Amino acid sequence: MKIIEKIGKTIDEAVDKALQELDATRDEVDVDILEEPSKGILGLINVRPAKVKVTLRDNPSKRASGLLKSIFHSIDMDIKINISENERTVFIDLEGNDLGILIGRRGETLDALQYLLNLAANKNQEIRKKIIVDIEGYRGRREKTLQRLALKLADKAKQRGRNVVLEPMSAQERRIIHTTLQGREDIYTFSEGDEPYRKIIISPKK
Amino acid sequence: MKELVETLAKALVDQPEEVVVNMIEKDRSVLIELQVARGDMGKVIGKQGRIAKAIRAVVKVAAARQKKKVIVEII
Repeated sequence: MKIIEKIGKTIDEAVDKALQELDATRDEVDVDILEEPSKGILGLINVRPAKVKVTLRDNPSKRASGLLKSIFHSIDMDIKINISENERTVFIDLEGNDLGILIGRRGETLDALQYLLNLAANKNQEIRKKIIVDIEGYRGRREKTLQRLALKLADKAKQRGRNVVLEPMSAQERRIIHTTLQGREDIYTFSEGDEPYRKIIISPKK
Repeated sequence: MKELVETLAKALVDQPEEVVVNMIEKDRSVLIELQVARGDMGKVIGKQGRIAKAIRAVVKVAAARQKKKVIVEII
């Protein structure tokens, strides 16, 4: 939680200064008025500025972006962090050069980053939010690839009349495959094994 | 890299002031030793080492940029 004190000619001015410094909006902070401003006599004697204490309320998206900023600072990467959020989810999209290194093989590094952000941002929080990190539409592209793969392997399972075992995937990726093949009459899907080696099996219906 | 491990660890534990990170540089590799409060061990290791694995994956990015190998040990 960040707390700063500011002075200004009016209370509003002092609050605005604080908001600017905190990079926050009015509804993200609590304001305590420490000293009311005084115009003094004829604006000369006893002029006192307003003094306010502004407390930035902590929330998962602030924590996540703060942590990302310091991570990228220490890796020395210049990355733009775009954040949007709804009631339950914070979406973070990263923009920059050479971000392939942050995605990693099959998104391993991206998933690791996302996992750490979820833990850190929701640590000891009453309101928890799911954090999804994406890099230049990687997750969307990966989803399409997995859907194509699912359809291809489903046909293979049906043709051969045998189980097709996929390679281990994260829960997020397994869900895409299950969902893609949900409506099929000729095959069914299930998962086997323990995390992180849990994998999907596509089985023909007899 | 040392700074990165410190940032990550401090964000995960309950007692950030107890986080100590040591870095031992060799020719082409770097050994980073992470020390946290006893009660916070689980927060940097995780079930079946999942958190430790994630930390290593992110630190690897930093190391790769410097063309180095990195080993992160939790002690």
